[in-house]
Amino acid sequence: MNKVLSNKKAIVFFMLPAVLFFLLVILMPVLMSFYYSTLNWDGMGSGTFIGFQNYKKLFVGNVDNFPLSVRNSFLFLLASVFIQIPISLLLAIILSNGVKGENFFRNVYFVPVVLSTVVIGQLWMKIYHPDYGLLNTFLRSIGLSSWAHGWLGDQNTALIATFIPTLWQYTGYHMLLLYAAIKSINPEIFEAAKIDGANRTKIAFRVTIPMILPMLEVSLIFSVIGSLKVFDLVYVLTNGGPAQASEVPSTLMVRTIFMGYQYGYGSAMAVFIIAECVLFTFVVRKIFRALQRD
Amino acid sequence: MKKKSIPAYFGKAILYICLIIWAILCLFPIYWLFTFSLKNNTEIFGGNIVGLPQVYRWSNYSNALLNGKVGIYLLNSIIVTAMTILFTVLASTMATFAMQRMRWKLSKVAMSILLVGMMIPIHAALLPVFVVMRNLKLINTIWSLIIPYTGFAIPMGIMIISGILDGIPRELDESACIDGCSIYRLFFSIILPLLRPAIATCAIFTFLQSWNELMMAVTFISKDEAKTLTVGIQSMAGQYLTEWGPIGAALMVATIPTLLLYFMLSSQVQKSLVAGAVKG
Repeated sequence: MNKVLSNKKAIVFFMLPAVLFFLLVILMPVLMSFYYSTLNWDGMGSGTFIGFQNYKKLFVGNVDNFPLSVRNSFLFLLASVFIQIPISLLLAIILSNGVKGENFFRNVYFVPVVLSTVVIGQLWMKIYHPDYGLLNTFLRSIGLSSWAHGWLGDQNTALIATFIPTLWQYTGYHMLLLYAAIKSINPEIFEAAKIDGANRTKIAFRVTIPMILPMLEVSLIFSVIGSLKVFDLVYVLTNGGPAQASEVPSTLMVRTIFMGYQYGYGSAMAVFIIAECVLFTFVVRKIFRALQRD
Repeated sequence: MKKKSIPAYFGKAILYICLIIWAILCLFPIYWLFTFSLKNNTEIFGGNIVGLPQVYRWSNYSNALLNGKVGIYLLNSIIVTAMTILFTVLASTMATFAMQRMRWKLSKVAMSILLVGMMIPIHAALLPVFVVMRNLKLINTIWSLIIPYTGFAIPMGIMIISGILDGIPRELDESACIDGCSIYRLFFSIILPLLRPAIATCAIFTFLQSWNELMMAVTFISKDEAKTLTVGIQSMAGQYLTEWGPIGAALMVATIPTLLLYFMLSSQVQKSLVAGAVKG
């Protein structure tokens, strides 16, 4: 039997497809991104090695507003963590507490998650339309016509107008993660807390939340990383505009590479985004390790 | 039963109102999309933005499918997604089997290296994969999407499948071996059928990712004959800036498959996304 299970030829046969894809699509590209980021390269010929100049260019004497795009992605991050996650948590706690139509609500809240971002983006563009959009029509009908304007075209509102659909799209996902975690808690624990006289709020803060910390951690990591690399909705809704008011690192990266032909500099942005994601995952993990020790 | 006080009833009412408002917020945009996909601009801009259409213009759909090339985009999306799912499922089940069941020195190391792939954002691969595909002359073909989508789906596939494979008793391998079963038959006719639930989860996860992917789709594909729905609709929206009906129909065409899949398999879809998170 050992002979069958350690058949070298079979191991190679079974591993080959996955390993090839991994090398071609993940490992090699990551290494190449690092390499490209040290080049001054317009995509033609072979580029010249310039060390860390591209990284310096991101922040020192920057001309394309990269720092602003990073700031915007951090605003996304803060809004996700302090608005989206609390709403998701609240919905998860309410639903898992047993309301009528629990399954119906859970399924409906999840619908936006499965929609394509292009669909959601185009849909919200119509919602925000200055003349015929749902939002302005609604505002006019309740007598707030003075508020009605082109939400995506205004520098002051573009960023928040791109954030709201993101919130709308992913709240259901985080709700589901937390809901699943609450549902896996042993019901006897809640019974015991009730018998001890704890009310709903107390149960939520003293029992439910502490017991779902691992899933809360996953949820936070997803929303933090999701915010740092956000691309789809911003690209569809504003492509970073107007006047870069809603610019995020990914949209700037794609433009720098595919429209500006600055392959090296664009790769430095890509590496910066990877580094941010790794760093923040690490930070969230550290915070949760500390929380769980208490 | 304890008698409930009036404030308690009041609280409950508010709770349900909030739940219902959020539900409406989730569904109303889709209802609205559906209604304007059946209207023309005169009706939409003439003040009937929210109501049901006066005339159901199904011609918007035939226009979108035939003239707007949405038919081609739909077909491309289906091919890209189906191929990605097929390759992902095959590659991840085979590799997981080799790493978890077969005996070789580096099996654990290989597993942890492959799983690191889950942490890499697609941004990292965008330019390098573009350069490779350009050199292979695959840009503007669906292969420039199928290959990277598969690569990025494999680590998650391995994660999902290894969880289920762990629950299939190893005695099965042993008795099959004693009966003189070859390793290939053991995998393809015994293990693979048992992995069906894991494969379904992995397939749904991969479906949602590749059906909706945008960044690579818009940067690698600019020719109509290779466009998928996401990039096709994105470029169509630019041309039909003011025609809401056909673009609405195109958006519905892109949405209906996912919604159908979701309503048929909602618990499985939810399970697969939770599975992806628990392991991540």
